[in-house]
Amino acid sequence: MKNDQKEKTPILEMRGITKRFPGVLANDNVDLELFPGEVLALLGENGAGKSTLMNVLAGLYRADSGTIRMKGEEIEIYSPKDAMKHGIGMIHQNFKLVQTMTVAENVILGLENEDFILDLKKVGNKIKDISSHYNLKVDPNAVIWQMSVGEQQRVEILKLIYRGAEVLILDEPTAVLTPQESRELNQIIKQMTGEGKSAIFITHKMDEVMEFSDWVRVLQKGKLVSVVRTKDTSPRELSKMMVGREVLFRVEKKPAQPGETVLKLENVTALNEKGIKALQNISLNLRRGEILGIAGVAGNGQRELTEVITGLHKVTEGKILVEDKDMTNKDPLEFINEGVSHIPSDRVAMGIVGDMSVAHNLAMKEYRKAPLTEYGILHPKRILAMAKKMITFFQIATPTPYTNVKFLSGGNIQKTILAREIGACASLLVAAYPARGLDVGATESVRKEMISERDNGKGVLLVSEDLDELMSVSDRIAVMNEGRIMGIVPADKADIESLGLMMAGVPQEELT
Amino acid sequence: MHIVFEKRNSVSRKAILLVPTVSFLVSLILTGILLIIFKTNPFTTYSSMFIGAFGSWTNFTETLVKAIPLMLTGVGVGLAFKLRFWNIGAEGQLVFGGVAATWVALFWSPFLPSWLVLPTALVMGSLAGGLWAGIPAVLKVGLKVDETLVSLMLNYVAILLAQGLYYGAWIDPKGMGFPGTKLFPKAAWLPRFSGRAHIGLFIALILGVIMWLVLNRTRWGFEIKMVGQNPRAARVMGVKIGKSIITAILISGAFSGLAGSFEVTAISHRLQQGLSLGYGYTAIIVAWMAQLNPIASLFVAVLMAGLLVGGDQVQMMMGLPSAMGIVLEGMILFPMLAGSLFTDYRLKFITKSRSREAAV
Repeated sequence: MKNDQKEKTPILEMRGITKRFPGVLANDNVDLELFPGEVLALLGENGAGKSTLMNVLAGLYRADSGTIRMKGEEIEIYSPKDAMKHGIGMIHQNFKLVQTMTVAENVILGLENEDFILDLKKVGNKIKDISSHYNLKVDPNAVIWQMSVGEQQRVEILKLIYRGAEVLILDEPTAVLTPQESRELNQIIKQMTGEGKSAIFITHKMDEVMEFSDWVRVLQKGKLVSVVRTKDTSPRELSKMMVGREVLFRVEKKPAQPGETVLKLENVTALNEKGIKALQNISLNLRRGEILGIAGVAGNGQRELTEVITGLHKVTEGKILVEDKDMTNKDPLEFINEGVSHIPSDRVAMGIVGDMSVAHNLAMKEYRKAPLTEYGILHPKRILAMAKKMITFFQIATPTPYTNVKFLSGGNIQKTILAREIGACASLLVAAYPARGLDVGATESVRKEMISERDNGKGVLLVSEDLDELMSVSDRIAVMNEGRIMGIVPADKADIESLGLMMAGVPQEELT
Repeated sequence: MHIVFEKRNSVSRKAILLVPTVSFLVSLILTGILLIIFKTNPFTTYSSMFIGAFGSWTNFTETLVKAIPLMLTGVGVGLAFKLRFWNIGAEGQLVFGGVAATWVALFWSPFLPSWLVLPTALVMGSLAGGLWAGIPAVLKVGLKVDETLVSLMLNYVAILLAQGLYYGAWIDPKGMGFPGTKLFPKAAWLPRFSGRAHIGLFIALILGVIMWLVLNRTRWGFEIKMVGQNPRAARVMGVKIGKSIITAILISGAFSGLAGSFEVTAISHRLQQGLSLGYGYTAIIVAWMAQLNPIASLFVAVLMAGLLVGGDQVQMMMGLPSAMGIVLEGMILFPMLAGSLFTDYRLKFITKSRSREAAV
């Protein structure tokens, strides 16, 4: 393996890349090598630092330290334009195409060496050549908004080839594709690498890593943890590398004392915005005094699951019962009135109103009822008194209760949401990634609150990507993959390896 | 070295007051340049505008006459803007309200006890204004149709409808072809208290204060704020967004409709050409300059009315186009919009090595 590496010189090298965001070390001294004609898979959980590393390469971020070499020569990348000049192009998860323009217009958009008076015919012919050469099946005169997602992705690829990219970065390229489209994409990439171009792709799907790539680099919490040849590894080994680590954290908790069923899902199916099945035939049961953990790589239906049980997302089939009451496709207010609380995954976009005060944000569930409102009139003094109590109890660090909540730190924003949701919770607490991005202290207090809610006789549904958290906080763990539940295991009997395999799509029955 | 905008750590209270004031001063300077091009002394022009608008009680009552519709439309438009609903159709809502009030005054008065004619006219005018605003609201909530275009285009529909009526079906047969309806019966006249200034002033002031109270002290107002600032979070919190938008916009339109009803019942006593002097458009500036605060809108409306009246004075006394007042109004909006950036952001000067990070 070492010999192999020495025979070729890498086309691209990144050395000691470190990138820090406020409060987070996104990349910690990461190295990367890419060889001509090869595909490198960048594997890791959400938040492992894959996208950051690639954004550094594509010129969207600037690393705090580290060097980048292209063909042995050290380069500086200040912008995506610089990256393109050196032959590096990136296809983002959300395509950067102008919807109302044609393919040809999009391809030359932003290019400086085109003539002032555009010769779109010439551009069109060149596009046709590239398209037929790589079998992209792209019509230069088609308008973007009329194209399918797969076609738009091929336009992005074409755009990069047209601009002379030698290194293509693809950020989760198959997340939006059908299996057939994925296979076609694989063919296109194979042909390009056959001609000496190289590709890096970000993914967390094992089977694609095995199918697409020559090399795999695994990131974990910003660090590079392993480098392997694809042919020398297996999905099982990869999933271990990706999630495998020692359990660092244990929470003191009493054994669960489950009471009556508070949430029941019967064969629930739901579609996402693109019309693809995000939840497929999900059935589960949650009792009072119990924490059900939901494990899975982000984007496998967890968000939709939390949204169908809080009224934010419609189901197409199946039934949702809260305390034996049929709540299928009821609106959010009815769930709130049943005592269902929700700590949303995107806490700034969905959990708070940034331009309103901490006190008002704390009142956003209770404001409808007495004593905060009587006959539709708010009582500012009562709101303030309640807010002050919550601020003290949950130790929210805010200059005053009147401060706009957007000026608080992430941890204190989360505490604000937590205080409000726990205060209003009467039956079920749905918590999506409640400790994501929080520091150790805040994480611990969030976890303790989950457990104390359980001990207070509420049902808790905890979605997390942190297996340590799930294993230490929850009582049972359900694993999701592509909108299905692969299996449900008691937390004290769960081991990281089998959870990892189920996350990668192996059903519980097939585990040995 | 780069200059970038950096988000402030807290909303600047100073900027909230400073921005409208400085914007007003900047607009005075910009218009001053224009006046110099017209070979006029800006100082004498401004002072005669001021005297024209505020120099005597009589002049001031005329300013109040114009301030009343601006107060109502300004408060109404401000409510819509709080929801990020760009209702620029206050002009049409005002005119449609005026048409409805006229309908009551002309055709219902024989069947109503005389004390009921005026209240009915005002209520119907408000309802009509609300209805007119409700069209873009329902289209937006139901079909995601852009409200800016619909509300703007409905202005022309309402204005032409009114024109059609006072030139055609409702024209005063004894009016010798003058475009206007016949005079309303006395029962439909809104009392004046001085000059042409009418008691609509007090109604507008009271409504402005009530609007402030409703926004800041009621459950409904709380929901309006949530929906306006972060509709996604509002939905998670169980607020019915469509319902909030539609009710608020109906009320927004009703304010403009009431303004139109005042114009016909207190000022012209008939529906005729020149019902609105573009109040519905000026309302946008009023609402913005008042930072969407209904009580501030009441004061800003007086200032803007002063510009309108002062502009007329300038025309009479100095032979300048009366549009000068409107030019000045328009000039205020630009620095306002640019300046509002400074309530949330401040300028920061940084060196090259850090610039990349800050820009991302």
